[in-house]
Amino acid sequence: MRVTQCELLIVGAGPAGLSAAAVAAALGVDTLLLDEQQAPGGQIYRAITTTPVTDKRILGEDYWHGASLLEPFKASGARHEPGATVWSISRMTAPDPEEGFEVGYSVGGEARLLHARHILLATGAQERPFPIPGWTLPGVVTAGAAQILLKSAGLVPGERTVLAGCGPLLYLIAWQYLNAGVKIDRILETTPPGRLQKALPHVFDFLRSPYFGKGMKLVREVKAAIPIVKGVKGLKALGQDKLESVQYTVDGRTEMMAADQLMLHQGVVPNVNLSRAAGVEHDWNPAMDCWQPKVDAWGATSLPGIGIAGDGAGIAGARAAEYRGLLAALNAACVLGHIDAARRDQDARPYWKALERAVRGRAFFDALYKAPDEYRRPTGDTIVCRCEEVTADQVRQTVALGCSGPNQMKAFLRCGMGPCQGRFCGLTVSELIAEERGVPVPEIGYYRLRFPTKPLTLGELASLPQTEDSRQAVIRMKKRGGA
Amino acid sequence: MSDTRSAAVIIIGGGLHGSSTALHLARAGVSALVIEKNYVGRHASGVNAGGVRTLARHVAEIPLALASRELWYRIEELVDDDCGFEQHGQIRVAENEADVAALEERLRLMQSLGYTHETWMDADELRALIPRIAPTVLGGVAAREDAAADPYRTTLAFRRKAASLGARFLEGVRVHELRREAGQWAVSTSDGVYTAPIVVNCAGAWADRIAAQWDEPVPLQPISPMMLVTLRMDHFLDPVVIGTGRPLSFKQRANGTVLIGGGRRAWLDRDAESTELDFRELGAGARTVCDLFPHMKEAVVNRGWAGIEAAMPDEIPVIGASLKREGAFHAFGFSAHGFELGPIVGQIMSELVMQGSTAFPIAPFNIGRFSRT
Repeated sequence: MRVTQCELLIVGAGPAGLSAAAVAAALGVDTLLLDEQQAPGGQIYRAITTTPVTDKRILGEDYWHGASLLEPFKASGARHEPGATVWSISRMTAPDPEEGFEVGYSVGGEARLLHARHILLATGAQERPFPIPGWTLPGVVTAGAAQILLKSAGLVPGERTVLAGCGPLLYLIAWQYLNAGVKIDRILETTPPGRLQKALPHVFDFLRSPYFGKGMKLVREVKAAIPIVKGVKGLKALGQDKLESVQYTVDGRTEMMAADQLMLHQGVVPNVNLSRAAGVEHDWNPAMDCWQPKVDAWGATSLPGIGIAGDGAGIAGARAAEYRGLLAALNAACVLGHIDAARRDQDARPYWKALERAVRGRAFFDALYKAPDEYRRPTGDTIVCRCEEVTADQVRQTVALGCSGPNQMKAFLRCGMGPCQGRFCGLTVSELIAEERGVPVPEIGYYRLRFPTKPLTLGELASLPQTEDSRQAVIRMKKRGGA
Repeated sequence: MSDTRSAAVIIIGGGLHGSSTALHLARAGVSALVIEKNYVGRHASGVNAGGVRTLARHVAEIPLALASRELWYRIEELVDDDCGFEQHGQIRVAENEADVAALEERLRLMQSLGYTHETWMDADELRALIPRIAPTVLGGVAAREDAAADPYRTTLAFRRKAASLGARFLEGVRVHELRREAGQWAVSTSDGVYTAPIVVNCAGAWADRIAAQWDEPVPLQPISPMMLVTLRMDHFLDPVVIGTGRPLSFKQRANGTVLIGGGRRAWLDRDAESTELDFRELGAGARTVCDLFPHMKEAVVNRGWAGIEAAMPDEIPVIGASLKREGAFHAFGFSAHGFELGPIVGQIMSELVMQGSTAFPIAPFNIGRFSRT
C-alpha cells in the first residue's frame, strides 16, 4: 500500500479540472489530477483524445475546443491518474489532520490512500432526473448517456428514436446526430407555453452572447430536419419488457408513436455527492431548482482547504468552467503559499473578464428551459427511486406517516439507498416532500450523504493500511473529538 | 400559561427510550411531552444495527434483556407495527482457542447464574446453519431465540403509537435550562418554557448535560459506532453473527443487503452533531468479515454511517431516579447496546414515574455509582 502525497488534489478532468491543474502546476504547486475516465475531457469533452468520430463537423467546434486544454495541461507537469474513483475525503481521522486531508480512492479495483493539503473538486454536472412513467424501461436513456456513446464509441441509437425534454443540450444532441447522418424521428419539447415571456427580461444579454449566433444556427438546422412538437404534457414511455411506444398530450390531444429509443433530457444540475459528503454547505437555487455548494468568487467553500470549480459549483457551462478552474487554482496556489494575494489578483484579472463573457446569456436559457413542475414532481406509480423501485405515491403517502424529510424517507422506504446513492432521486424526493408538506424545498433539505460516495468492495477496504501510528493518531483524535 | 405548555411528564430526547417511555406512560393514561432537538430517531436509535440481542449481555442487563425480548415477541400488539422483526437467533463465533476458552467461561458463568438462553453450538452445527462461514471457525455460543429489527421503523412505530394514545412530540426544539419551582419543573427551550412536575432524561449522548444541571455529573463519553451496508447479495445468512475476540456484528437483511457493524468508532463532534467515518478502522472491520466469510471479499460496500450515542465507563446504562432532585429520572448511557432494551426500559421508566418503584433489578444502573469513587 502506497500513500501518495500532493499539495493540491484536483478531482475531475473536465474543463475546470484540466485548466486548474495546468495553471497550478505551472505556478509550482505539486498537483495531482484524479479522474474516473480513462482519458481526460470530462463529460463535455469526453474522449477528446480518443474519439473515433474524426469528422470535426459532427461534434462541432465547441467540442473540439476541448483539445486546446490538453497542451497546457501536459506541459504543466501536473500528475494525472486516470481511471481513479475517489470515494472518501477524511480530515479528522487522517493520521495528521493539521497536514490536510486523507483521500481514499480506487484504481482498477485496488484501494489507495493519498494525502493532500488542498482539494479542488471539479466533478461537474449530472443530468437532472426525469421521472416519467416507464423511464426505467430498456430503450429509455438520458440524452447525455446517448451523447457519451456517440463521442466515445461513435455509437448511434436504434431505428425509431424520439428525443424529449428541454434545455440547450436537447438541440445540440439532435444537431450532432443530424451531422452524423442519424435520423431522429421527433423532438418532443416539454417547455410550457409562456416561458419565453418569462425569459424575456434576460434576452438582451442573450443577444449579446456567443450563444446567440451559434445557437440560432443550430436550432435552425435542427428545425429544418426534424419534426418538433411543442408544449408536450403527460409524457409516458410504454412497453412490456422494453420501450415500444411514446405517449404524450399536446393541446388536449393524446398522441402515441412507436419508438425503439427515447432519449430524455431536462437540463443539468451540479453533481453534489462528493461536496455534500465532505460536509460543504449547500444552498437551494430557486431559479434552477437544484442544490449547489456555497462558494465565493474563487470557488472556496465553507470548509477550509476545499474548493469547487466548474458546473459542480453551480451550472454555468463548459467555457465558464475553464475560467472558474483557473481562478480556483490561482486561489489554491495563494493559500498554499506559492504566490501572494497581489499576484493572484493580478493574474486573475483577464479570467474574470473572460468568465463574465462566458456566462452572459445564461440567465435567458435558465428561465426559458426551467424544467416543468410536472416532470420534476411526479405522481401516481411513477418510479422515483430507480434502485429501490420506490414510487411517487409511496413517497407522498409516507410523508403522512410522519416522515418529514429525505433522511427519514430513506430509513422508511429505502429511497436513495441503492447504488446510485441518490443521484437519480434526491432532487425529486426533496421536492415531493416539500410539495406534500407545503413548505419550501430548502426547509426540507437533502439526503445526508456519507463516504464512500462510490461503491467499493469489502476486499478493497480490507486492504487499507492500519499502522500503529495511524491507530494512535485516531485514538488521540477521538479523545479530542469526544471531550 | 396555556395547557399546551404543560404536561404530566416531560421526556428529554426522542430516541427509542424516550419514545418507549412516552408510550408506556400513555398506555397508563399519563400524557407525556417528548422534547427532541432534531427529529425522532435522528441519531443512534434510528441508525443502529437493529440487534434484538440477549447474547453476551453484561450480567446486570440480562434480566431486563430477557424481559424486553418477551415484549419484542409481541411487538405488533404493543406498537401496531411489526418493526421489521425477524427471529433467526444470534451467534457469537470462536475464531481461535482463546475465543473458545472465553466462551466456555461465559457459559460457566451463565450456568452458575441459572441462565439458559446462551448455549454452545459446535462447528458442525454452525457450518450446517451457515455454510459460507470459514472452515476455521471452531463453533460458538448461540442465543437461538434472539432476533433483529429495523431500528428507525421501530423508533417511529413507538412514537406513532405513543402519539395515538395522547403523547406529544416536539421536534426541532432544544432544551436549555431546567429549574424546579413550587413542585414543578420549568424547562426552558429554544421554543420557550414548558412545565411538568416530572422530567425524564433520555437525552442519549447529551444526557450528561441534563444530569450536570441536577448536580449529578457523570463520566459519559459520546461515541459513534460505524456501520457499513453492502449492495444486495444472494441469501446466505439467517442469524446475526457477532465476534468474540474482535469487534463484529454481521447480518444479512431480508432484502439481501449485509449490515456490518460491531462498535468500531467514528470521529465525532457532538456539538456539531457530525461524525467522520474512519476508513482505516473500517478496513480492520472488513478484514474480520473477510476472514469469517471469505466470499465477502467481492461484496460491494455501498454506504457507511455512524450514529451518535452515549457510553458509560462500565458499559452499562444509567436507569433510575435522580438522587439529587425531586421528580427527576434518568435513562441513558446504553453504551452501544440499548436497542433491544427499548421496550422494557420504557415500561420501567413508566413504573418509576407513576409508582416510584419497579420490580426489575435496576440497582446496578443507579446514577450514584459514579459518585462513590
